[in-house]
Amino acid sequence: MKSAIPKTVVVPPGHRRVGMEDSHAAALAVRQCNVDVVAAYPITPQTHIVEKLAEMVANGELDAEFVPVESEHSAMTVCVGAEAAGARTFTCTSSQGLILMSEVVYITSAMRLPCVMVLANRSLSGPLSIWCDHSDVMSIRDCGWIQTFAENGQEVYDLVFHAYRVAEMADVQTPVILNVDGFYLTHVVESLLVADQEVVDRYLPPYRPRHSLHPDRPVTMGAYGVPDLFTETKKAQDEALRATYPHIVRAWQEWGDLTGRHYHPVETYRTEGARVLLFTMGSIGQTAMVAVDTLREQGLPVGLVKLRLWRPFPHEDLRRAVAGAEHLLVLDRAVSFGGPGGPVASEVRSALYGQVDAPVVHDFIVGLAGRDVAVPDFEAMVREVLARKTAPRHEDYVIYGARE
Amino acid sequence: MIEVRIHGRGGQGAVTSAEMLAHATIEEGRYAQAIPSFGPERRGAPVAAFARMDDEPIRLRTNIYRPDYVLVLDPSLLGLPAVPAGLKPGGMILANTSAGEAEAREVLQGYRGRLALVDATAIAYRVLKLPITNTAMLGALVRATGTPRIESFIEPLRERFGRVADRNIEALKAAYEETSIFEGSGDPLPAGA
Repeated sequence: MKSAIPKTVVVPPGHRRVGMEDSHAAALAVRQCNVDVVAAYPITPQTHIVEKLAEMVANGELDAEFVPVESEHSAMTVCVGAEAAGARTFTCTSSQGLILMSEVVYITSAMRLPCVMVLANRSLSGPLSIWCDHSDVMSIRDCGWIQTFAENGQEVYDLVFHAYRVAEMADVQTPVILNVDGFYLTHVVESLLVADQEVVDRYLPPYRPRHSLHPDRPVTMGAYGVPDLFTETKKAQDEALRATYPHIVRAWQEWGDLTGRHYHPVETYRTEGARVLLFTMGSIGQTAMVAVDTLREQGLPVGLVKLRLWRPFPHEDLRRAVAGAEHLLVLDRAVSFGGPGGPVASEVRSALYGQVDAPVVHDFIVGLAGRDVAVPDFEAMVREVLARKTAPRHEDYVIYGARE
Repeated sequence: MIEVRIHGRGGQGAVTSAEMLAHATIEEGRYAQAIPSFGPERRGAPVAAFARMDDEPIRLRTNIYRPDYVLVLDPSLLGLPAVPAGLKPGGMILANTSAGEAEAREVLQGYRGRLALVDATAIAYRVLKLPITNTAMLGALVRATGTPRIESFIEPLRERFGRVADRNIEALKAAYEETSIFEGSGDPLPAGA
């Protein structure tokens, strides 16, 4: 029943092309990483990922322990315990589930356990909402995990492998959160390239923990941090997270060498000669590319910078990517109530502070709880920025499209 | 790129039909995308789903505001202003209704553009023994657009529906045969829409 594939579609060696929901692509990647333990509690829009994994375990396609816990706090706790015993683990949550598990999220990174979590991004209540924004991940911004963002189904699939590869590197030993926008990614069916198991096996070695709990080799994990040691522990943790950067880049390079699909901490689209740069994180970067094309056709010199790596924050890559632009239009999907604007713009302003010829940062908060950000919205924001007579102050921001 | 907006009621399979359309298109080696527009998931409430099809990779990741085709799974939704909203010039409304052309245009508040009609509810009762019209309406879309081919739906429907796949394929084929197409006067939208 398969018809000939048009010339435009190139299926690289070691791959097959499928139509698949992005959630199922994430689950397939987790299966191909051959995890030992999956612990999760269902919450929209994460559900399809975990349901698929439960099905795989039930059908014998994935030889793992599936632990249907009674809360997200327990889900993370199960992963911590299993990871400490030397197992490769997976958990997945959204929104309220994340903040319920957040106590253990901080402990996971402090214990240097290379857990992997997919976070199906959804707004925090209240009011109650099931739709996408980034308020959930921003609530644990400083949790000490490596944090990456995906833009489309292919990236969701690819970045799962990257998450395990990086987390478990001997010099990294740090957990990874892969951010996947709720509905805009989790519930979309699209075409993507699925790698053969042999490709995955070449990329991801079996998990060999440096230390694990075993009665014959006693170690202490999760020890008490007395004031005399706490500061040094936190300094070590901070230095360790910062030091993951070259390994994150190397793991992307390795995946690119194997598959031809390359990823970078900061990525750009048509930035040459751009006066205005859009700055996005997550799935709206896809529509933003169409907006850039549309605006360029209208003669407006607009480009796009996309942040893939949120933690550790890639300061240098960001400065390089925006050099030469007059305006940087940062799109935030969360509010920092009473603070200096959206969380992404705050970081960007810090990265550019004191730089000669840095672009003026304009902060727009968009896409809260699934509010669609379409091409005309990008156009309207760019035109508003170009029409501004004076540069905004550091603490200025706009909640775009809000009715008065 | 072809953009399709599907209107239905919760439980009628609007989201599933968008997904089947995407799968069938990808099956043919083209690119496609199905996006649900999730409202509160209440059975019977009006819902919309979206599908895009193209020869190139699709980057647009938003709801569809300017559809080429609008599929209406439930006859009681035909009068909603949301149905013809944003329809592209030359676009088409594909409606599940037992009404004839004149009556359907009246329910559609004077819509004068291209129109495809099929009594998908009758087909669904006849073939599936259930008033679920989504696979039948895909048959109407194939009839109107010529793409994707009926055969391309077979694998995705088998994957999704298992035992009842064959009856869904039958419903799709029946609707393909029974759909009537009316070109209209060429004006896509009634005044004021």
